[in-house]
Amino acid sequence: MTRKQRRLYFVLLGMLALGAATALVLTAINDTLVYFYTPADIQTKHVAPGRRFRLGGLVEKGSVIKKGETVEFKVTDLTASLPVTYTGVLPDLFREGQGVVAEGRLDPQGLFHASEVLAKHDEKYMPKEVADALKKSGHWQEGQVTK
Amino acid sequence: MHRFANPARFLRLAAAIQPWTAGATLILLGLGLYFGLVDSPADYQQGESVRIMYVHVPSAWLAMAAYSTMAAASGVGIIWKHPLADLVAKAASPVGAAFTFVCLVTGSLWGKPMWGTWWAWDARLTSMLILFFLYLGHMALLNAFDDPTRGAKAAGILALAGFVNIPIIKFSVDWWNTLHQPASVSRVGMPAIDPAMLLPLMLMGLAFTTFFVTILLMRVRSEILAVKVRAIRLTQIHSVPGSATGELVGESLR
Repeated sequence: MTRKQRRLYFVLLGMLALGAATALVLTAINDTLVYFYTPADIQTKHVAPGRRFRLGGLVEKGSVIKKGETVEFKVTDLTASLPVTYTGVLPDLFREGQGVVAEGRLDPQGLFHASEVLAKHDEKYMPKEVADALKKSGHWQEGQVTK
Repeated sequence: MHRFANPARFLRLAAAIQPWTAGATLILLGLGLYFGLVDSPADYQQGESVRIMYVHVPSAWLAMAAYSTMAAASGVGIIWKHPLADLVAKAASPVGAAFTFVCLVTGSLWGKPMWGTWWAWDARLTSMLILFFLYLGHMALLNAFDDPTRGAKAAGILALAGFVNIPIIKFSVDWWNTLHQPASVSRVGMPAIDPAMLLPLMLMGLAFTTFFVTILLMRVRSEILAVKVRAIRLTQIHSVPGSATGELVGESLR
């Protein structure tokens, strides 16, 4: 084996080993790499009340109730939903059917107290006219926040 | 491949190609900016902020393409010890770092009005920040040794090891849920982006690519010349006894 070949195999083997190690580490810490949990995750994982985490999903249609500064709404992933209460300024994109990520804690009653609400934008880009036309013709699909 | 790896032939070839890629950059960038900023519609949700995408997305593409170029060149440099490959890797990293920086800044500017935050520690944003640090580390390692070949070797190993980050950046939005939206263009089925917006995005993508090629050729050419100048200096020091001390002082001061 020439020195060049040896170096080639060494580099290839090194890359392979590093790739495998990274893949294993990423799989092992998968739970901490997700940015938010969906309401369905919360149901199965039973997050303890008082623990801080992020909750992501769509704002359920017809669930938004504004009481002065405080907003109450439900976050849904279309299988489960969770009530959220938040006091503060909402992002411009916040509305019913919109993807949101809220950071906060659950209380013992199962109500999520958010201290921050971010809007999650989906991958769709289109002019307003096209969006209106799609909505009119009934081909409109709300973005799914769950991956 | 080895035919073009000869520095003298590369210099001739690069000099011939460069005006064409530079011209293409000007035309594509002009068209891309016109369609992106003037003749494309506002988004139904984002409004005019959508135009940030025409700079943000191509910078992200090129940040990853430049890193792949750098890693490939580093691999060739380490395995086949080709000096030109080391110069390509050296030339690519500051350009890639600049693309990454532009991507991070424009993303942040878009994130504030759309998400409601400048920054989020989600998988996509974090892996992109790591890419920026990899570029910085590469540049630092290159200059950390007195002997340029040792610097190139150390930086090359970093570039190859850091390559695992590239698929992580690309697939972070599919593997984990993130605040960042998933891919709009490269996805199964149709791109989730209106043709009127896809056109300026593609034009800008091509413009950034030809720009990268132009800058890369320019930088590799000047690196080759710098190596030549260095070689000439060294022979001068050794051949002219009278000027040796002064030159040596100058050399060690740098």
